Amino acid sequence: MLCDSCKERDAVVHLTRIVDNAVTQLHLCEKCAAAKGVETTLAMPQHPLGDILQAVQQQASTTSEDAPSCTFCGSTARDFRATGRLGCPHCYDAMERSLRELLRRLHGSSKHVGIRYETPTAHVHTKPDTLHDLHDRLNRAIATEQFELAAELRDRIRVLE
Amino acid sequence: MSARAGLDLSLLPDGGVRWLDASGPNADVVISTRMRLARNVSGYAFTGRARDGERLRMLAQVRDALGAVPSLSGSLLLRLDDMATQDRQLLHERHLVSKELAGLDAQHPLRTGAAVFLGESVGLLVNEEDHLRLQVLRSGFAVPQAFETVQRLDAELGAQVPFAFHREFGFLTACPTNTGTGLRASVLIHLPGLVLTKEIGKVLAGLQQMGLTYRGLYGEGSEVVGNFFQLSNQTTLGRSEEELQDLLVRVVRHVIEREEEARRVLVRDAGYIIEDKLWRSYGTLRYARSLTFDEAMNYLSGVRLAVGLKLITGLSVYTLNKLLIFTQSAHLAHLEGRALTEGEANLARARYVREALVSEGGGVE
Repeated sequence: MLCDSCKERDAVVHLTRIVDNAVTQLHLCEKCAAAKGVETTLAMPQHPLGDILQAVQQQASTTSEDAPSCTFCGSTARDFRATGRLGCPHCYDAMERSLRELLRRLHGSSKHVGIRYETPTAHVHTKPDTLHDLHDRLNRAIATEQFELAAELRDRIRVLE
Repeated sequence: MSARAGLDLSLLPDGGVRWLDASGPNADVVISTRMRLARNVSGYAFTGRARDGERLRMLAQVRDALGAVPSLSGSLLLRLDDMATQDRQLLHERHLVSKELAGLDAQHPLRTGAAVFLGESVGLLVNEEDHLRLQVLRSGFAVPQAFETVQRLDAELGAQVPFAFHREFGFLTACPTNTGTGLRASVLIHLPGLVLTKEIGKVLAGLQQMGLTYRGLYGEGSEVVGNFFQLSNQTTLGRSEEELQDLLVRVVRHVIEREEEARRVLVRDAGYIIEDKLWRSYGTLRYARSLTFDEAMNYLSGVRLAVGLKLITGLSVYTLNKLLIFTQSAHLAHLEGRALTEGEANLARARYVREALVSEGGGVE
């Protein structure tokens, strides 16, 4: 989103203004906000994505960010940094350490204390991968240039076929 | 189902708008309570990374499981990926689907497999950012009632479809901001008194310190119009569902008290100025020939305040709630049976408001 004032830089300050009985919002870049003397403590809460990216960037310096992090979906730390979204539930295991730290920053805790979930008995034993699933994963691995993973998946498909 | 314009809204259980009926507690201040649980199905990549075939198979798996899910018995399946833009917008304007699921968000084009199952006051959004978003909407300030309904749906569905769950992190979601309980508990609240007395900044800053956040009429990324705020929990992990509900209830009760206090101050210190201002809002809505959406929202806010203060009688909160929803552009286009330009929509909006105030607010004084 561009700054409402200069229309050049990205808006980073989101200000709720009250004029008569109408609430309006003003989106300003840091420079224009400072020039207008805007008090930023009451601004709209920043999207937590900012925190996520910051935390992941710090992680990126210690891990090889292009290495395939998740063997199920092929997502890498770089993908996560670019989108702010994980690729699949297995990513939580693949990036467990850095995610634990991230969840602590976002929520103040990484420990779920709510409802516990039991997988229904019919699904407890992980169903064997179907050819459909493996083909999807193979295509995704090729599309994201995860060639080692693709080769492994191709071998498993051959066995099943 | 084929792509067509003109969704038949009579097919929706309760029209999808029972939450507007103003029957719930504190309905003059709290329009609605919404509970949302984010869930993902084991064995698939998350929606954003899944291929079309995976999304469709996941949808089929969920559809096949619904026979054993009483909360959604008799529900209607709507395939958004096979629907005209105006119809998708109509569902979004009714708060039945998110902007992302409806493919109305420039960052998230419409996805293959995007669908919603709609039951009475209950919705199951499929292939949103997460595979499943379980949603319940209730009239007024009804947090425990709404949670009970969504929890029942969650238990029934989770017994049929395997959810992705981690022993430490809880329910796994595509975005780590939803991980844990996956619960977003929110109320849509009208706070004109706090805005007029300029107390709103302090109140909003205070609730952020308490762990709540606020948004506009349509949730994430939407702007505040007409003094309507959506208040919800900011975090989803490290607190139980009960603690998150308690927090919301406690803070919203406090906000309602502050709003009522602000209204008393307004009447005490600026009685005739406020009365004049609110009647002018009514006058504009009653006689204007063209209204933009923002104008309509702001004048409706004034009239809603006047009804709350009993300065205007003979007009129901239900009518005001209805006007909030039915004066939006896709609803007006649906009513007129054709696409409208912005100018035409402004004329249609003013006409709709005038007619509603005459037919449903005949006793206004």
